[in-house]
Amino acid sequence: MTRDRRLSWINGLLLPLFNVLTAFIATGIVFLFIGVDPIEATKILLYGALGYDEGLGYTLYYATNFVFTGLAVAVAFHAGLFNIGGEGQAYVGGLGIALVALYINPAMSAWIVIPLAISGGLLFGALWAIIPAYLQAYRGSHIVITTIMFNFLASALMVYVLVNILREVGEMSPESGDFIKVSWLPFVHDIFASFGYKIARSPLNLSILVALFFSAAVWFFLWHTRWGFAIRAAGKSNEAAIYSGINPKKIIVVTMCISGALAGLVGINELMGVQHRLFLNFNYGYGFGGIAVALMGRNHPIGILIAAFLFGILYQGGAELDFELQNVSRDIVVVMQGLVILFCGGLEYLYRPVLIRFLAPIKESK
Amino acid sequence: MSDFFLTAVLTLDASVRVCVPLIFAAMAGLFAERSGVVDIGLEGKLLMSAFVAASAASVFGSPWLGLIAGMFASTVLAMIHGFASITYKGNQIVSGVAINILASGLTMILTLAWFKRGGITPTLQGDERFLSITLPGVDIIDHIPFLGVIYRELISGHNILVYLAFAIVPVVWWVVFRTRFGLQLRAVGENPKAVDTAGLSVEGLRYKALLIGGILCGIGGAYLSTAYNAQFTKEMTAGGGFIALAALIFGKWHPYRVLAACFLFAFLQALAIRLQGVIIPGIGEIPVQLIDATPYILTIILLAGFIGKAVPPKASAQPYIKEL
Repeated sequence: MTRDRRLSWINGLLLPLFNVLTAFIATGIVFLFIGVDPIEATKILLYGALGYDEGLGYTLYYATNFVFTGLAVAVAFHAGLFNIGGEGQAYVGGLGIALVALYINPAMSAWIVIPLAISGGLLFGALWAIIPAYLQAYRGSHIVITTIMFNFLASALMVYVLVNILREVGEMSPESGDFIKVSWLPFVHDIFASFGYKIARSPLNLSILVALFFSAAVWFFLWHTRWGFAIRAAGKSNEAAIYSGINPKKIIVVTMCISGALAGLVGINELMGVQHRLFLNFNYGYGFGGIAVALMGRNHPIGILIAAFLFGILYQGGAELDFELQNVSRDIVVVMQGLVILFCGGLEYLYRPVLIRFLAPIKESK
Repeated sequence: MSDFFLTAVLTLDASVRVCVPLIFAAMAGLFAERSGVVDIGLEGKLLMSAFVAASAASVFGSPWLGLIAGMFASTVLAMIHGFASITYKGNQIVSGVAINILASGLTMILTLAWFKRGGITPTLQGDERFLSITLPGVDIIDHIPFLGVIYRELISGHNILVYLAFAIVPVVWWVVFRTRFGLQLRAVGENPKAVDTAGLSVEGLRYKALLIGGILCGIGGAYLSTAYNAQFTKEMTAGGGFIALAALIFGKWHPYRVLAACFLFAFLQALAIRLQGVIIPGIGEIPVQLIDATPYILTIILLAGFIGKAVPPKASAQPYIKEL
């Protein structure tokens, strides 16, 4: 094997694998530190997430959210942008969904209402990303800082909207009324039941198909369209992009809109699929989780599907740990997210010098 | 009128209390960013140190030991950030995000493991926390109208960390603008190559900056849980680290302006609490969320260059790679 081939194996496979393993081992150390047997914990976690129908349903349901936010972060990464605002875009996207699902004519067919509501999520998610994108492109304000600020603005906006506008008269808790029935996405167990198969009830709903659809769409868009090429080119080298006639400013705005729109889809799973109403903090943690998923999945849709499934396992398995063991709560998943982001992101190159020295050393020239 | 005056003084007093962790975190961020390392992890460091300080204060019965433990915990996180972003030249923002999320998860897991209650530590009793100090002469000055109220409510009656926060700002200014280290620090954030050419260690300077930042954030976190409150509670920093980051930008990385920005943002928070449900004649009720959002809106407008221009240190967020 030539040295270049070896280097690409190291960068493409070994390095990510070692990083993920390190994050797992570090989580194991945290378990030991709080007096929990990591192997026992892993068994409970895996059984809770995959061992029975209902658990698996929950796992896939959580994974769906991570697919959306993971794709959102990844698309932005390809253009060299760090969209840290998935949290806010998902939140405001939920408002777009709710506005359609609350106020559209209930006599309309679900075939019209559901795509409209999904578009509402896409549109509002994109809208929440467009101002930071514009400011980055045309005013030079750093997108990381502005998207952080927009997360807080989203949160203030949503509290205001839920408390003062969407809350029903006489209700105490800040949440909207029920969505109209035709906007509800069917549960997977109901679909199976209509074909005569009986599977356990879980919140898993048709959003998972939407997530798979958008994963394929993102893959096609990034690697098989002119725009996708432009985005990846601009992400690799701004100057090269300009010389090949690509306008990087436009790329920033378009990429961020796509990224925000994808994050805006969290609401279809959470709101149209399960809760059928808008409420506070339905998006909590998925935006940041998306960063971990994108980093772990190496910004590729297939990697993201795998990473999202893994985080689904952790979320659901974490709930089981919470239930089974006294010393652990499902917040262990948050710790693990942090460790994944640290080792797969910040310390991405930790093992590179060692791996290169042993597997692909520079040969002494003659 | 005197009622209004008292309310105004009390609101300012509340602002002072809210301001303290913002000052420590913003000064920490100032050192990091002046050295060319972006520090998104201020929030996580505040939270971690708040938790560790409250735990140590409760176990050892001393706020001072809590403070030291808090500073240590925050510094450990700062060094992880340094290890990732300076030594391994990783993405500074990713590493900062990791620290925030780690702190959020670890504080929840450890409260449960150590104190058997998810998200809170035991309440600190009596002198297990920093108590307020009554400055000398309150009784005498109290008789003077207006000035007496200001002295009693606003200036006296805070705990030691509050005074420390306000005292540390001129010190930071002096270090950054009047010492050799400060000159090197500013240089490494603007042009690391020049610093390297002059024979100084870019990595060493950045580590020093992060170390100072870690210690300062540690004090800010300890203040939250052992002085301002009497225990750690879940996510008690409530975005303070990010407000500090906003204040840092709003104050254009200059200690005194940053202090002013911290105080402005703290005042807005204190005002939001006081204005809850109050109907102002001619305007009506101001939505509390709007006041809450004001620091972020102001910072965005500033960043957009509509009111002045905030230009960060040039080498900020770029790992320094030595040419061979």
